[in-house]
Amino acid sequence: MKRLLSSYRLRIETRMDNPGWMGLVSAILGVLLALIIGGFVLRAAGATDPIATYREIFKEAFGTFADWRAGISAVLNHKACAKGLLCFGPLSDTLVKASPILLTTLACIVAFRMKLWNIGADGQMFFGAWAATGVALFVLPETTNRVVMLGAMALAGILAGSLYGAIPGFLKAKLNINEIITTLMLNYIGYKWLEYFIVVGPWSIGDFESTGKFPVSATWPRLTEYVKQFPIAAGLTVHPGIFVGVLAAILLAWILYRSRWGYQIRVIGDNPKAARYAGINLERNIILVMAISGALAGLAGMNEVAALRTLTGRFQRGYGFTGVIVAWLARLNPLAAILVSFLFGGLLVGTKLIQPQGIASMLQGVILFVVIGTELLFRYRVRLEKVEQIVVPETRGENDR
Amino acid sequence: MTESINAFEMRGIVKRFPGVIANDHVDFACRPGEVHALLGENGAGKSTLMNVLAGLYHPDAGEIFVGGKRVVFRSPQDAIAHGIGMVHQHFMLVPTHSVAENVVLGLNQPRFFLKLAHVEEQVAALGEQFGMTVNPRAKIWELSVGEQQRVEVLKMLFRGAKVLILDEPTAVLTPQEVETLFVTLRDMTKRGHTIVFISHKLDEVVAISDRVTVMRRGKVTAAQIPTRETTKAQLAKRMVGREILFQIEKKKAQPGKVILSVEHIFAENDRGLPALRDLSLQVCAGEVLGIAGVAGNGQRELAEVLTGLRRAVKGKIMFGDIPLDKHTSWLNLGQKLAHIPEDRAAVGSVPDLSIAENLILKSFHRPPIAAGWSINRAAVHQNAVRLAGEYQITMPSVDTPARMLSGGNLQKLILARETSGHPELMIAMHPTRGLDVGATEAVHNILIKQRDAGAAILLISEDLDELLSLSDRLGVIYEGQLVGEMPTKDAEIHKVGLMMAGTKVEA
Repeated sequence: MKRLLSSYRLRIETRMDNPGWMGLVSAILGVLLALIIGGFVLRAAGATDPIATYREIFKEAFGTFADWRAGISAVLNHKACAKGLLCFGPLSDTLVKASPILLTTLACIVAFRMKLWNIGADGQMFFGAWAATGVALFVLPETTNRVVMLGAMALAGILAGSLYGAIPGFLKAKLNINEIITTLMLNYIGYKWLEYFIVVGPWSIGDFESTGKFPVSATWPRLTEYVKQFPIAAGLTVHPGIFVGVLAAILLAWILYRSRWGYQIRVIGDNPKAARYAGINLERNIILVMAISGALAGLAGMNEVAALRTLTGRFQRGYGFTGVIVAWLARLNPLAAILVSFLFGGLLVGTKLIQPQGIASMLQGVILFVVIGTELLFRYRVRLEKVEQIVVPETRGENDR
Repeated sequence: MTESINAFEMRGIVKRFPGVIANDHVDFACRPGEVHALLGENGAGKSTLMNVLAGLYHPDAGEIFVGGKRVVFRSPQDAIAHGIGMVHQHFMLVPTHSVAENVVLGLNQPRFFLKLAHVEEQVAALGEQFGMTVNPRAKIWELSVGEQQRVEVLKMLFRGAKVLILDEPTAVLTPQEVETLFVTLRDMTKRGHTIVFISHKLDEVVAISDRVTVMRRGKVTAAQIPTRETTKAQLAKRMVGREILFQIEKKKAQPGKVILSVEHIFAENDRGLPALRDLSLQVCAGEVLGIAGVAGNGQRELAEVLTGLRRAVKGKIMFGDIPLDKHTSWLNLGQKLAHIPEDRAAVGSVPDLSIAENLILKSFHRPPIAAGWSINRAAVHQNAVRLAGEYQITMPSVDTPARMLSGGNLQKLILARETSGHPELMIAMHPTRGLDVGATEAVHNILIKQRDAGAAILLISEDLDELLSLSDRLGVIYEGQLVGEMPTKDAEIHKVGLMMAGTKVEA
């Protein structure tokens, strides 16, 4: 007589190997899963056909193939686009949106690499925006050369952001104060600081919660300004800000993987004890990395005001937090961040018109949640396993089957 | 049938990890009431095999029989239910909890109300019975390593383990504690318990075991031989597949000028208590100064103060003409000051970085590795390939993360990194702890080679044999002070032993 109770159970084992492609697969799976879950939420919010909604979002964000084709033929024939803005308008809008996302993402990546959880890129960005506005409106004359003006604004943004980022870095390095708390709290000081200058105080014009319009020299040149030379450019607002982001990403990738300093950052991030053992100065690097993280966020702030051409009381919050999500999706790889930022820019542009308004943040939240979840699944091997709860005694043998 | 007389039997166990077969069709069995030594080099697959038996790993193939019946273990709980318990090399205890609390941790009984007083009584009685007295109310962090090990053993006995697997139990013990442990083990076998004793120390295996099974590269090379019928040399041969020199050949030291001079230093341990109290020493170029002592007498703090990981409260340290203090740029000292840290994995390596990147930890800021602000990747690769060959580091490739290396290979990596830059001073702490015979020999030879090349070496170790055979002068540390210093040729073991225990002896 034998007793063989079999049942199934989930087994979780640590994976010893962790091939690189898994990051990509888990990111793609995560986004897909998030879209499915988001679909249910859309359904609940009243969308009859979530897939149609997604299609609409995609169209709003990137345009359609037909429009692209029309656009390309217009470029080749050197004339204005037949469907006007619709040809490349969505892509242009997405690129505009992607540039601050990319910069705040890079800010998060450099800090996260060292396991410094800077969630204060928002505040650092606000200070960068404030400093850049100050330079544009009150320091340099309107007639300043455009390149000089933009360069000075960028410098001011970088400086302000880096100083603001260095504060939590300093507190962490010298007093071991948790940077998650300090960076989060400093966000609100950043918001209020701007609010004081724009809403309450000295920089606002009349009753409007806004500064005056920037002089032309203090704004990013948009493609549409060159409509005479390139008819196709009519109405396209894309500006060089995205190139600033891409350049910064390439530079950061080089620093992390090829430079001596990047090597130190990676050593500290992986094993601070070994870093101390090697004689690497932890305190200085913590402050430095936080300053650079803040500098990138500050640059995002400058980039944004130079694109908006004015600083208003409704200067958008939240890029710093989007940066956290994109940084994880890109697995802290600066080059991957370029692509992911572009896609996220598309998500923000595409959901702008969707009601209720929270859809974009909802999808962002679900994506982060699911991506971190799938990453966990990839860190461990999960398998369904048949278990034999047996005591098969000595009788196993000829009459067993 | 053989099944009936074995306490347990493992047949054809196969366990694969990415890139390696840790156990390749291994058969193993123990008789009730014996101490069975499982001998083998690091990475031979001993711990893996026992982790399979203890229910921690699941074999890819093979069967386990307990008392003649086939069993499948899904977790250590299953194994313990069949009377098999394992004491791991790294203890699994909660430091802030008491002994009794740790013993009942993870048990399903009692469900709601824990009568701790009752448990304490039982634990005390159990300890009494096996000669392993330990205060059940003491917090784990208050206990010495030896006592913590007793708690781990009691934990298993409390759960009713009849087969006790001890993974390198002596690695963390002082010679006296080893003696006590052996007495306990004998006692336990008399009461019908079966002991599996994992080790790579031949002396201990010969001293304690009834039978030996030797493993090498995932396979059994000698199965269940009675210990009496074999010799150390034979076992060693089975273990490494070649004859080993037990005596280190070295020339007489040619000491040069003073490289390290430590004058009256004081330092505190992690709890802020005095760890080094007015300690002075000197090491010259071309000599090995050995520091003997029972663990916890300031050895770690001494090594840390000398390598910049801890700041001395008072005192003066000179490295040649360079004062070592808070103004020192340890990064710039780089490879001039080599350090073999006590905790290799946690301090000496960067687990997720590649082997190649780990090998430049001390040289990344200097040419040829550094090229301006950047790192010369071709040089990094060349450096890794050269050192891996020279120091015989076994690995899939130089781009493999360092965390995939076995203990012996990790130590070779650290030695390669620390000694390849011609250090002037070398601080080596327990350089062979946990290593197998082959790796130990390699490490010893590297150290002597460095000495002959003119390096000043401070060797901190608990292994008296190692100290006596490697060092030219021997100092004994006790409660943060050097209580004696003598030329090694004048050092007698019993005198050193007394000094380690704190007795002042006129050298």
